[in-house]
Amino acid sequence: MATITLPRREHYLNISYGVRSWLLTTDHKRIAILYLITVTIAFALGGLAATLIRLELLTPEANLVSSDDYNKLFTAHGVVMIFFFLIPAIPAVLGNFLVPIMIGARDLAFPRLNLMSWYVFVIAVGLGIYALLTGGVDTGWTFYTPYSTSWANTRVVPVLIAGFIAGFSSIMTAVNFIVTIHKMRAPGMTWFRLPLFIWSMYATSLVIILATPVLGIALMMLLVERVLRVGFFDPALGGDPLLFQHLFWFYSHPAVYIMILPGMAVQSELIANFSRKSIFGYKFVAFASVGIAVFGFLVWGHHMFVSGQSVHAGLMFSILSFLVAIPSAVKVFNWTATLYKGSISLQTPMLYAIGFIGLFTIGGLTGLFLASLATDVHLTDTYFIVAHFHYVMVGATVMAYLGGIHYWWPKMTGRMYPEGPARASALLIFIGFALTFVPQFILGYLGMPRRYHVYVPEFQVLNVMSTAGASVLALGYALPVFYLLASLWTGKSAPANPWGASGLEWETSSPPPTFNFERTPVVVAGPYYFRGPITEQPPAKTTVQEPGGEVH
Amino acid sequence: MSEQTLHHPANLGHHFDTLDQQHSANVLGMWVFLATEVLLFGGLFLAYFVYRTVYHDAFVEGSHHHNIVLGATNTAILIVSSLMMALAVRSAQTNNRRALVLFLALTMVFGLSFLGIKAVEYKEAFDTHQVPGALFQYEGERPELARQVEMFSLLYFAMTGTHAIHMLIGLSIVGFILYRSWRGKYNAAYYTPVELGGLYWHFIDIIWVFLFPLLYLYGRHVAVGG
Amino acid sequence: MPGIPIMPPQASTMAWRVDAVFFALSGLSLFFTLLVFTLVIYFAIKYRRKSENEVPEVIHGDNRLELAWTFIPLGLALAMFAWSGIEYINLNNPPANSMEIYVIGRQWMWKIIHPDGQEEINQLHVPLGRPVKLTMTSQDVIHDFFIPAFRVKADTVPGRYQTMWFEPTQVGEYHIFCAEYCGTQHSGMIGTIYVMEPSAYEQWLASGGRTQAQNAPQISPAQAGELQFATLGCAACHRPEGGGPAPSLVGVYNSDVKLEGGQTVKADDTYLRESILAPAAKIVAGYPNIMQSYQGRVSNEQLDQLLAYIKAQAPAAPSGSGR
Repeated sequence: MATITLPRREHYLNISYGVRSWLLTTDHKRIAILYLITVTIAFALGGLAATLIRLELLTPEANLVSSDDYNKLFTAHGVVMIFFFLIPAIPAVLGNFLVPIMIGARDLAFPRLNLMSWYVFVIAVGLGIYALLTGGVDTGWTFYTPYSTSWANTRVVPVLIAGFIAGFSSIMTAVNFIVTIHKMRAPGMTWFRLPLFIWSMYATSLVIILATPVLGIALMMLLVERVLRVGFFDPALGGDPLLFQHLFWFYSHPAVYIMILPGMAVQSELIANFSRKSIFGYKFVAFASVGIAVFGFLVWGHHMFVSGQSVHAGLMFSILSFLVAIPSAVKVFNWTATLYKGSISLQTPMLYAIGFIGLFTIGGLTGLFLASLATDVHLTDTYFIVAHFHYVMVGATVMAYLGGIHYWWPKMTGRMYPEGPARASALLIFIGFALTFVPQFILGYLGMPRRYHVYVPEFQVLNVMSTAGASVLALGYALPVFYLLASLWTGKSAPANPWGASGLEWETSSPPPTFNFERTPVVVAGPYYFRGPITEQPPAKTTVQEPGGEVH
Repeated sequence: MSEQTLHHPANLGHHFDTLDQQHSANVLGMWVFLATEVLLFGGLFLAYFVYRTVYHDAFVEGSHHHNIVLGATNTAILIVSSLMMALAVRSAQTNNRRALVLFLALTMVFGLSFLGIKAVEYKEAFDTHQVPGALFQYEGERPELARQVEMFSLLYFAMTGTHAIHMLIGLSIVGFILYRSWRGKYNAAYYTPVELGGLYWHFIDIIWVFLFPLLYLYGRHVAVGG
Repeated sequence: MPGIPIMPPQASTMAWRVDAVFFALSGLSLFFTLLVFTLVIYFAIKYRRKSENEVPEVIHGDNRLELAWTFIPLGLALAMFAWSGIEYINLNNPPANSMEIYVIGRQWMWKIIHPDGQEEINQLHVPLGRPVKLTMTSQDVIHDFFIPAFRVKADTVPGRYQTMWFEPTQVGEYHIFCAEYCGTQHSGMIGTIYVMEPSAYEQWLASGGRTQAQNAPQISPAQAGELQFATLGCAACHRPEGGGPAPSLVGVYNSDVKLEGGQTVKADDTYLRESILAPAAKIVAGYPNIMQSYQGRVSNEQLDQLLAYIKAQAPAAPSGSGR
């Protein structure tokens, strides 16, 4: 066994340099980094729009922007955050990086398709942001007809096309995940040895595959109606606007699960690894993911309880919406029970994970108010809805995303981030989030409708409170950008497994080599096994975390 | 070529262990993709069924405006093209390069004929003002149905148009595979792209098999029976 | 105004019934939130990591617990569904003796038509203690008629009629909001509902409301056009002071307009009419071709009013004010 020790170990980041080596890469890890940069830019732009919205809402009158500009701002905020940040964030960044490593594969099944998905995504983001900056769109991200087709005088068409294109990118990623998880697992990696991250990614991919094309065709029908003035949906042209709402929510409700299931994926990893326990009720959590994916397709009508849909349809969608809450509750209880008798370390990722449980519990429970028919009639289209979906999609998902970024940062970059500022940002986000959105629950119950540029004076106090909270939140979100970037230069070198965590990704070096493992791992233990490695170790080989590496 | 497949297969991606694994991954990927395609058309089918339920009479009338002979011919053409495609896959499996090239070429010929006939139908629709929008004119007996008949023809164009776009994509794929077959890239050990192209082609064919009765035959028996 | 508002007024028969469901859900939510928070914090402290190499005992799960926390929440959820569903059915079943009022939404106002033909804009007067059924539609896009104090809300969809009902229980003035986003002035599409003692309502009906409607000053076509100009959204681009994405129309009538490509055209009736119905036909130099056609979206009467308004904006008029 002739081994030569090199001064520097080769890994996926230093194997080649230059812009070309990144823009033409088919390495899933590099593509993940490309996505990380893109979605961070999108998040910043969406956040900027949110900042302007909150500032405008400090007073009941219009001070900062005109009504048209306000309408464009909340549309931009919604479109950018949903299509360009939340939907791709966890799957395309963390999923791309981790799915092959966690199952012991060298790459995703279709590496070139993976790169193409990023390019398609960039085209969509470019087109969308170009349209939003040069004129903007004022339809809201929901594009309800007939406003969007016959009345809006803004750049609806390019934004519709951008949404359509972004969908392709999701679909490519999802096809890749499904095939990879089915066909490329390492020897010994059986379905029930898969980390729960993989189960959730699998469920997410299924939802993307089945829901996204329906949005695609609905957006195209909208486009045809707007451009050619022929009616699918506009009653003035013989169409039915509710048909659009059905098609739209058939995608966009499952889209909520496209955003939250990956959050749950990260959450399961964090909770298990930072309490060094197997997830309590592994199979229940795994099947809860699939259950959410399946039931999530049957509840879209709860967005339409006041839209003129029949009472019977309302009752059906209501009961199904109550049912979809159960698997989510099961997950929360299982995560909580996982902590029992664990060895809990409150490092930054775990703080995010605990924050996730808090925000997701509130977000999920307030969802029941909207599944429930009588209360939904009062609360829908008010700030109660706004607060609810921010709790789920922003509170929970972004908590999980940031928790995941911190947890896998050493693996992705080979550097440790500074613990102090990281804990501070987790705390700021949690507190800022509550301060921003709890007042909005009350505003909604009082009856303040969403998408209001000016509002009646009695709502001001709560709006001021919300804006004050938002400034704390903004600080919390901005902080990680700085210390994480700084850590690339100043951070300590990361060992292969800085957390004492379990999982295949921690049994390769940090950062991993281009093909992820020196040799194909053979899995011999289930997930969340903390008494030793879960792969069969080659007898003579040891220590992958030494600064120098080995080359045969 | 057999020694090529034995130890270091040129067609095997670096991230796969065996050609079998790669083949089954590719085929699964195509099936998953076809699932999204089904749902893409699903949105249009839903719209069709909603409006057909609401505007029944207009849809019966609208489907009469389309040339059933051309539609039926096209259906036959497309089914034959699918057969050609299936034979092409078979030829690849049996290492028959000449037959593979021939059947792929025939698939394209039939596919192009389909589009040609489709173009004739579209032209006819233009000439008789069946195109929805500004040019649309309704000349039937029940003027109150005009808007609803226009909805039918909108759905006709949306559905057959989306299908035609898929035909164009399918033809480019088959063309590409034809070129590669002619260069001798496929054989019994490696024919995955041919099989994938075939799956896509059959999918387009099946969509048409649903479109034809919905758009051409709906309510026909009413006319025939008097 | 002291303190922070936390609850909207309960001013209809359904208000407290909806609130009862709301508070029951709040109670349940609070219980589960506190349960989870307490357990998480308690476990996080009690089982915090003592040494770096600590590996706790393996617990895989407990099926009885899983069943318990699946089926107990399921039972509670089904109970809440049933209760809330019953109230929803109530919300959708107006009593037979309801008085009927029509509501038409349009950008960006509510037009209310009482059974005897009396009309109100952004105001709705109703008597105390009598069920009122609203039959609603929209002239343009989807709006939503929302009265928080009554806990009722329904979309008004063009081409459809929607109904909702309420029975006021408290004299007072309450907000009407448009709750479905409908364009520029969405947040200005608000109104007030006046709940009056039956006797006062009779009086209003007999005198005030009616005389208001009858004595309403006849408005000129130009004034009506000005209203159209605002509600159709023309003013968003054709700003009187200029500088918008489209040319100012102050003084445009009978002036010479320079077109893209160098020609000049006189802005007469025909030109203005064409520019509204087929804006792309002649593009004013220096402005993008972004306006969409209003063909089929304005009636001939509306078109005449718009033209009257454009003509009335004399070249020398000090930027459209003072009328």
